[in-house]
Amino acid sequence: MSRRAPLRVVGQPVPRVDAVEKVTGRARYVTDLVLPGMAHAKILRSPYAHARVRRVDTARAGARPGVIAALSGADLTWCDPYFGPAFRDRPVLAIDVARYEGEPVAAVAAVDELTAAEALDLIDVDYEPLPAVSTLEEALAPGAPLVHTGEPLAGHFADLATLRPQPGTNVCHRFQWARGEAAAALAGADLVLEDTFRFPPVQHYAMEPHAALAAWDETGALTVWAGTQNPYSVRVELAKMFGVPLGRIRIVVPHLGGGFGSKTYAKLEPLTAALARATGRPVRLAASAAEAFQTVRRCSARVSVRVGLRRDGTLVGVTCDADYDVGAYADIGPRVVQKGTYTATGPYRVPHVALDARAVYTNTTPGGAFRGFGVPQLAWALESLLDVAADRLGRDPVDLRRQNLLAHGEEFAPGDTPIDGKLEESLGHAAQAIGWTQTGAADRGRGVAAMLKASVAPSVSEAIVRLHADGSVAVLASAVEMGQGTRTVLAQIAAEVLAVPVARVTAVPPDTAITPYDQTTSSSRSTTMTGRAVQMAAEDVREQLFRVAAEHLGVPARELALADGAVVAAAGRLAYPEVLAIRFGMSGGELIGRGVVAPGRTAAPLGGSTPFWEMAAGAAEVSVDEETGAVRVERYVSVADVGRAVNPLLLEGQDEGGVVQGLGHTLLEEMVYEEGHLLNGTLLAYRVPRADDVPRALECRFVENADGSGPFGAKGAGEGSLIPVSPAVANALARLTGVRLRDLPLTPERVWRALRARGSR
Amino acid sequence: MDASAAREPIHLVVNGRARDLAVEPYALLLDVLRDDLDLKGAKRSCDSQVCGACTVLVDGLAVSACTYLAVEADGRSILTVEGLAEGESLHPVQRAFVDAGAVQCGFCTPGMLLTTRALLDENPAPTREDVLHYLRGSLCRCTGYRKIVEAILAAARARGQASAPARVE
Repeated sequence: MSRRAPLRVVGQPVPRVDAVEKVTGRARYVTDLVLPGMAHAKILRSPYAHARVRRVDTARAGARPGVIAALSGADLTWCDPYFGPAFRDRPVLAIDVARYEGEPVAAVAAVDELTAAEALDLIDVDYEPLPAVSTLEEALAPGAPLVHTGEPLAGHFADLATLRPQPGTNVCHRFQWARGEAAAALAGADLVLEDTFRFPPVQHYAMEPHAALAAWDETGALTVWAGTQNPYSVRVELAKMFGVPLGRIRIVVPHLGGGFGSKTYAKLEPLTAALARATGRPVRLAASAAEAFQTVRRCSARVSVRVGLRRDGTLVGVTCDADYDVGAYADIGPRVVQKGTYTATGPYRVPHVALDARAVYTNTTPGGAFRGFGVPQLAWALESLLDVAADRLGRDPVDLRRQNLLAHGEEFAPGDTPIDGKLEESLGHAAQAIGWTQTGAADRGRGVAAMLKASVAPSVSEAIVRLHADGSVAVLASAVEMGQGTRTVLAQIAAEVLAVPVARVTAVPPDTAITPYDQTTSSSRSTTMTGRAVQMAAEDVREQLFRVAAEHLGVPARELALADGAVVAAAGRLAYPEVLAIRFGMSGGELIGRGVVAPGRTAAPLGGSTPFWEMAAGAAEVSVDEETGAVRVERYVSVADVGRAVNPLLLEGQDEGGVVQGLGHTLLEEMVYEEGHLLNGTLLAYRVPRADDVPRALECRFVENADGSGPFGAKGAGEGSLIPVSPAVANALARLTGVRLRDLPLTPERVWRALRARGSR
Repeated sequence: MDASAAREPIHLVVNGRARDLAVEPYALLLDVLRDDLDLKGAKRSCDSQVCGACTVLVDGLAVSACTYLAVEADGRSILTVEGLAEGESLHPVQRAFVDAGAVQCGFCTPGMLLTTRALLDENPAPTREDVLHYLRGSLCRCTGYRKIVEAILAAARARGQASAPARVE
């Protein structure tokens, strides 16, 4: 009966479960935690982009009053000092060579932060500067200095077993994929366009800088309170590093002050744990925002795309050659490269495809995961070029895209999940909302773009739901709350299945000693994968309730339903505490449900079928000051194909934030390197969007067809809104001014120069 | 530490409560609040007066506690996010942020709330442009700001309604 009842909680704009703790200042982040005897750590970083580290002398620092330990890479003989999810190519502290400006070379733990910071000045390092490569061109030039010379150790991801570093070069991974005969298709096309586009290195700037607090206990077990999106990946790294079984390492994750990918995989946790081991004390390492610029960034890219179309607008072939700059250490860069490149053809039907991408080491801050995971770089190229094609064919850009969109159920690639959304609806809504077919003001231009992204696969999420004796519910899952609202969404899902108010559900924060395995909080996967596991676990509890109640009431389980915290039947109702009392014969005990989502490996090109396709469209209306070149996005509409919005308020917030973050790399943001030196690695010099940069009209909508594989037909969202921003804005600018820019960000200087080169019209 | 010899006594009123402390002359207000007074609501992010995460009110004025010397606050009254609510009853600004969905990761939230409090004390009926101008020193990387601006305008309206009857009396 009620199993098909209308949804009660899912689909509602429920306020965040953590909103009150956050507005009262009670929400706790890693740096808010204090342990007795806690020491504070600071990092000495390389001033050179590339240098041999001949000797590190920490003796004077170690002798300073208040200093408990001073470590260099050479001291780390009692652990395996390398880590990294793709290749274990990154030392906790530089060993023999420093490969980028800002690389940790030594570290001090002291009684307070000031003492630790002052002790860094007492460390003597003998550097021999080496030639550095800080651009793709330099890194790929014949005879270029090599960032890495040895063969790196494999990381811990099965799906990265195919990683292929090219010895004697700076190419740390190459990904090639083809379908059909791209060269022949392009040779036979009526129109072939080719161009090269660039995407800058940008900084996540999660407002909470990276931080970790580590403590070893008297039994030799390690606990790390970490601001991480991947507690279980961090656990694997630390287990390898210290030779400790997984079960003796506990990663606890309090609130994260933003992630956006910057807190995926191990970052500061290995060093913090090593310092805690060396000092025999709890150690806190709280990095600064400036140090985030020296920790991770988005992989910049140079992308050359060729598209071939028939005169009628049908896409016949695409080739894409993409070089991604992954910086000095691989981090998850190789997977960024292959995941991003895999969907280089976007949400379009392209019979003939040839993709060739390289992950390239340079002597710059390591590149890693950042919202969009390799896709924004390629969508920038393809979606820009599609507008050029529309112009050349005399076609409307919306119509040209619509003609080529993959349909619901259509194959994207052999062996992978068929398309599970209707992007034509999103594109249509976006075009309509921006007034695409209406005549606009003469000083405004409009542009559209679309995107498609795969989620990580194969991947695993497990969850436990506990129904307590008072009828309240605990959800144990390891999806990390970093602002996106996952605790609220998971609580809603459990509340829906078990027919209790959200306020009766507690989503327990991730703790690898308590909450079960979840692969990662990234890739827009938590609502779909973790959420599905929670739904299954709650359904498991529901079945247990039915079994007990059916026996007690003497009615078949199929005639039972849950409502208002009770099992209900035609004969009567049993509140959950009564059911538990019947089950256990006392006022104790609990029902425990388990959910596991583990789709496993498949024949899909990347080794696993994506659990869902993330799809969205964006439409921008821009103006430009021809005197200064300043572009202003006046209106922006994002429409995402989300299956079902479990919480429309949170989802809208996600997508608004995604659009504005996208405006950052579209108009403002770029980490500027000069000969390996980062020139703008602070918030004073690196400008992120402010409130007054936001389009006056910003609208985020959703298409909901309940066609996702997640709970109640949901699928992932939160990255999709960011990806179309750059091409939509550039396409609008091109339609307004006739100038086509290929390099991001669209700074006033770049736009002004392009306008000047175009001449007056 | 020998530096303790140079500690200076200061007297603060923090969230309405008198506090007598001895602080190093170089101690930052943010560290004194967070470490000495265990008020963890104000957050450290940019260290350079750009982001606003550490914003507190000193004698009603919004300041960046990350670059404000604790000794400069001697004799002054300080309001932190912990002092906004009255007991379990949220301040209208807090209520507006919750209702508008203006909170995501929460790291900018304490600073945003106090910035809003200062704005509304100074200008009880701000326009959207006033709000945008006031937020130039307050960054948020999660929300895209739209819901924050809506929350601030809603808080202003709520306050206006709350105070309107008072004026009639």
